[in-house]
Amino acid sequence: MSRFDYLVALAGNPNTGKSTVFNNLTGLKQHTGNWPGKTVTRAEGGFSYQQKRFKMVDLPGTYSLLSTSTDEEIARDFLLFGKPDVSVVVVDATHLERNLNLLLQILEITGRVVVCLNLIDEAERHHLEIDDRQLSRDLGVPVVPTAARQKKGMDELIRHIHDVATGSYICKPYRLKQVTTQATHAIDSLTKQISEQFPDLPNARWIALRLLEGDQQIIEAIRSGSLGNLREIDNSMEAERFTS
Amino acid sequence: MATKTHNPTDDIISNATRYRRETGEGFYDTVLESIYAEAASIAGRAVRQREDEPAYTLDRTIDRIVTSRIFGFPIMIALLAVVFWITIVGSNVPSDFLYLILVETLHPAINQFAANIGMPWWMSGLLVDGAYLSVAWVVSVMLPPMAIFFPLFTLLEDFGYLPRVAFNMDSLFRKAGAHGKQALTMSMGFGCNAAGVISTRIIDSPRERIIAILTNNFSLCNGRWPMLIIVATIFIGSLVPGHLAGLVSAMAVVGVAILGIGLSILISWFLSQTILRGEASSFSLELPPYRPPRILRTLYTSLIDRTIFVMWRAILFALPAGVVIWLVSNVTVGEASIADHMIGWLDPFGLFIGLNGIILLAFVVAIPANEIVIPTILMLIVATLGLHELGAGSGVMFELDSVSATASIFHAGGWTLLTAVNMMLFSLIHNPCSTTLYTIYKESGSVKWTTLAAIIPLGLGLFVCFFVAQIWRLLA
Repeated sequence: MSRFDYLVALAGNPNTGKSTVFNNLTGLKQHTGNWPGKTVTRAEGGFSYQQKRFKMVDLPGTYSLLSTSTDEEIARDFLLFGKPDVSVVVVDATHLERNLNLLLQILEITGRVVVCLNLIDEAERHHLEIDDRQLSRDLGVPVVPTAARQKKGMDELIRHIHDVATGSYICKPYRLKQVTTQATHAIDSLTKQISEQFPDLPNARWIALRLLEGDQQIIEAIRSGSLGNLREIDNSMEAERFTS
Repeated sequence: MATKTHNPTDDIISNATRYRRETGEGFYDTVLESIYAEAASIAGRAVRQREDEPAYTLDRTIDRIVTSRIFGFPIMIALLAVVFWITIVGSNVPSDFLYLILVETLHPAINQFAANIGMPWWMSGLLVDGAYLSVAWVVSVMLPPMAIFFPLFTLLEDFGYLPRVAFNMDSLFRKAGAHGKQALTMSMGFGCNAAGVISTRIIDSPRERIIAILTNNFSLCNGRWPMLIIVATIFIGSLVPGHLAGLVSAMAVVGVAILGIGLSILISWFLSQTILRGEASSFSLELPPYRPPRILRTLYTSLIDRTIFVMWRAILFALPAGVVIWLVSNVTVGEASIADHMIGWLDPFGLFIGLNGIILLAFVVAIPANEIVIPTILMLIVATLGLHELGAGSGVMFELDSVSATASIFHAGGWTLLTAVNMMLFSLIHNPCSTTLYTIYKESGSVKWTTLAAIIPLGLGLFVCFFVAQIWRLLA
């Protein structure tokens, strides 16, 4: 699939069934395994829905976007600079709390998220009840319960990816409350400044947060001006888009 | 572009520094705390645990057994042994069948056909005795064990057993000064070392990552499992009565695999004491839940992803290798063929360390792919001894089943039990294939580490073979 309308990133913790979801949606047969860290590189595929073509990028599974290992950097850089139209975050329903740690970090980077609440069958087997509507209200993005291994919930997932991509579903992503109350002014002012200097950056707020934390990598990237160039890494696929 | 006198990016940084002073240095911790606390409260609102039954009882019970201090390793060894035993016993029949068709029947038939249409001898030699025969050998000798072993291994993986292996190994690796996650990348290497090297990306410390990369080669890969299985079946299995043969050969392969794990830990320890000194960093290893394997799907993906993939790679490399082997065995310089010269030159050293010249030459030819070591050895023996006409009608008697047929070629090539033992050791301990070396170069970005990754196992392998040969000759 060389040309597409929307770019979809697929992120999530390791071993949540991301590759299975990816295979189901794209019809590819990437090797899956009950194995954290199966996918350390980026796999790409595509699917069509309602005459729209979606390109899907399967990112390495990570627990956070804060550390410095290569797999986390690949995932983070793509979410930051790859300009995905929708990011599907696959979440393990049996370990919701830990998976939300990553999800909340992703929501700080991009608001256009669909949560794939996977392994819902296993949650059931372990007597866990999950209120997906409550979750969706709290997070401000669609939450789709799925059992990817049984191919359950896939149609629903595609529909929501489409809706968020086309803008017929408007996300109101959850922002970290404690952070916001403590540093609203600083975040807002820095965000504004960064957007003026790097108008192409889609996630100035996230960069502002990292600056406030004193992230040396980001400080260095701003000082050398390479922050604007970083996005080139993942922008090669921009050229394949039908229209921008 | 207008140049400004002051740089606006400096403004951003100085502003950030000012704000950071206001919000306090602990802002990073605030963000982390915020993430954890708010994730907990959101999850708390959405999840309800039904009180009537406790969760994960079965999983926890299984985990207590397979990761226990007492049973952990014995269970691991037993599972591996069962997998190999099924592979060895199960591949006999299809091996015989493929051998009968591809080598015994089709090879002379195609040669006859080539002669009938008046094909020049050198062309039929190149195409039939070179290219065709080496591919026929790859398929008949390698395909059956692969087609049985890979799906079984994938089933274990799919069920969730491999992370438990990693869990069992974790403390050993940390004692060796390496990262506990190396147990995971090591297990990945059991499939393919190039994949294992890429998977070291999950290790964040550069020091520990290099250790994991340099020692990944000690995990037996797809290309080497079948080679061990064949040699063990022929030479180790034949030492005991028939009904025990399968089990004993399986245990021999397990022994080599365990030796690989041991070496991986030992070399990691050595590296972390010398050129890669440092403390092991800690991490938490997640044990994924057990999932009932989807048998049909696993069979399908492991056939497509592993068996066919490895097979195809082996055929791609075996074709040109077959042509080259035929050429060097038939082009003569002076009195003897090029192959004879090379083998004659390698033989003294090879025999000295308990191998032989053909084996050493085969490992050089097979640098692109370990899969073709055995077919290359068979080709070289056949070509240099002049056993050109295989099958019925030739001067040489060949057995009708593939194991004895292969065995008789090895014996004709002068193999002894020592050769077989050292061959198994050397197939574990030698330089990685060129694909893996290239991957190591790409991942480490360093010629130095890539060179070390080749030299360490090669040097160690030659030394181990030498050592074993000396002891063997002393005792014999």
